[in-house]
Amino acid sequence: MTGVEVSLRGLHRRYGSVVALDGLDLTLAPGELVALLGPSGCGKTTTLRLLAGLEDADGGQVTVAGADITHVPSNKRGMGMVFQAYSLFPHMTVRDNVAFGLKLRRAARAERDRRAMEMLELVGLTEQAGRYAHQLSGGQQQRVALARALAISPKVLLLDEPLSALDAKVRAQLRDEIRRIQLEVGTTTLFVTHDQEEALAIADRVGVMRDGRIEQLGTPTDIYSRPATSFVAEFVGLTNRLHGTVAAGSVNVRGCVLPLADPATPDGQATVLVRPEAVTVVPSGPLTGTVIAVTFLGASSRITVDLGDTTVLAQLPTSEATALPAGSAVALTIRPDPVLVA
Amino acid sequence: MAVTTPSEVGAQPVRAGRRPLLSSSRLAWTGTLPFLGYVGVFLLLPTGIVLWDAVHGSSGGFDFGAVSTLWSSSTRSYFVNSAELSAITSVLGAVLGAVLSYAVATGNPEGLIRRLYLAGSGVLAQFGGVTLAFAFLITIGPTSGLLLHAGWFYDFPQGIGLIYVYFQIPLMVLVFLPAMDGLKAQWREATETLGGSAWQFWRYVGGPLLAPAFLGAVLLLFANALSAFATIAAWENQISYVVPQQIGTALSSEVGLSSVNQADVLALGMIAVVAVVMTGYTLLQRRTTRWLR
Repeated sequence: MTGVEVSLRGLHRRYGSVVALDGLDLTLAPGELVALLGPSGCGKTTTLRLLAGLEDADGGQVTVAGADITHVPSNKRGMGMVFQAYSLFPHMTVRDNVAFGLKLRRAARAERDRRAMEMLELVGLTEQAGRYAHQLSGGQQQRVALARALAISPKVLLLDEPLSALDAKVRAQLRDEIRRIQLEVGTTTLFVTHDQEEALAIADRVGVMRDGRIEQLGTPTDIYSRPATSFVAEFVGLTNRLHGTVAAGSVNVRGCVLPLADPATPDGQATVLVRPEAVTVVPSGPLTGTVIAVTFLGASSRITVDLGDTTVLAQLPTSEATALPAGSAVALTIRPDPVLVA
Repeated sequence: MAVTTPSEVGAQPVRAGRRPLLSSSRLAWTGTLPFLGYVGVFLLLPTGIVLWDAVHGSSGGFDFGAVSTLWSSSTRSYFVNSAELSAITSVLGAVLGAVLSYAVATGNPEGLIRRLYLAGSGVLAQFGGVTLAFAFLITIGPTSGLLLHAGWFYDFPQGIGLIYVYFQIPLMVLVFLPAMDGLKAQWREATETLGGSAWQFWRYVGGPLLAPAFLGAVLLLFANALSAFATIAAWENQISYVVPQQIGTALSSEVGLSSVNQADVLALGMIAVVAVVMTGYTLLQRRTTRWLR
């Protein structure tokens, strides 16, 4: 099934005095995977549940392929959903779980089994077809849940933190597998997560949410490299908060003059947000300090440098970082990329 | 931020010292001794004595004559009556209790209503015997104002069945509520998003998942009614309808015709029935635990 366009316009939702969604707007292009990222309580799961029809919006409109489904009950929406906790039916085999949606649609037994095996092949679990949920690992259970959601050929696939209960290695594997399968079936997908690495790795576009609204919607590169707000800059990736002085469209941070992402920033004292990758080690430079910690990240490493009155993080190739053990004196500079102020 | 060095992530030093006096498994077994002693003295020993006495005559030798009376028409009628009363009150109590459990489970899990229901059920499930029978007598019985001249109140099994249901329902709430609570919201939502209606959820998911717990609870209620004595003895002290009544009669005849041997045989039959019922309950409970934990 090819993807369809999904549009959420002006969605409002309150729980008592708490505003969960405050006029949220979001459009997913056909076949696109959009990840909603944000802290707890920002409204990302509420957005997904409103799209699924599991909750009603107080205001706003939901359209799928141009049809208004705002008031359509969830069992008539044709959405496939994978939940955070394992939601497989424990009294059914893997095959019966996957075929369940088709059984509800009164498909013939042979057709149900054929489709279930097709989906299990897609997620690589044909050999587990006769097993029960308690006989599977967490990762396998979530793959079955994905197969079950896809078996009904949904118009939209909804993933509600499907990897959060898995250990790191399985999480990374399944994340890549979800993306492979999503590209293969071409279903428009909304993926909710609080894990920034997950969102940036899997999505065509990422929506960073805050207080019931989308703060920034863009490609992973945009979100990381060109954050629209200080909240996005601080929520996605690591950020150094350094004191600086704004004057005439640039900011001076400890002798490094950096262009401003927002030229309208008023002159004066400011807290400047600088990515660790923008901090580089130089033979001699404006920032000098002592390395107090080295964190190995694989091909790159992160060093923490004590500048006397503050600390700064710098990310550099591991080959360079190995020459800077804790206690080393080091000189740093900041690459003149456009920066945001908090 | 601290620097991690190889020396810090090395193996923890092993403390040399005396071995503990008892290993953890031995300690655990020691802890269960009081319980095992209790079970031995108040369950296994009486069962053994009943078994022994049932197959021994007054002379002390083996005598299966008394056991053969289990198949006599009068003894059979006590067991049939017991089974009838237990079956009616367990099914009725289970159905009504399940509905009540559903109402409680779908309410606020921290709410006052739930706490009230649970506390009330805890008390009422234990409310039996003379006090319960008396409470019904003065409210529903022929001397009462509620159902004056309710002649059926003294008919078996209607009258005593009504009284039994009074403690069967709260017991059902107590034993069935955990299963109800174990029914995950995600299962309902998954059914919904897959296109299922509420009816289809209960038919294909909720019903089959709760069935073992429900049947297990029915068996537990059956055993509960089967073994009840004081309530029915207070309700009717002239005629023996059920096995526990007849055991009492056999033990305490006022005209010198007591028969411990007959009481032993009846008790043996009860033990056999309860053993079968509780085995079924245990098997069903095992499945419930796996599905609804």
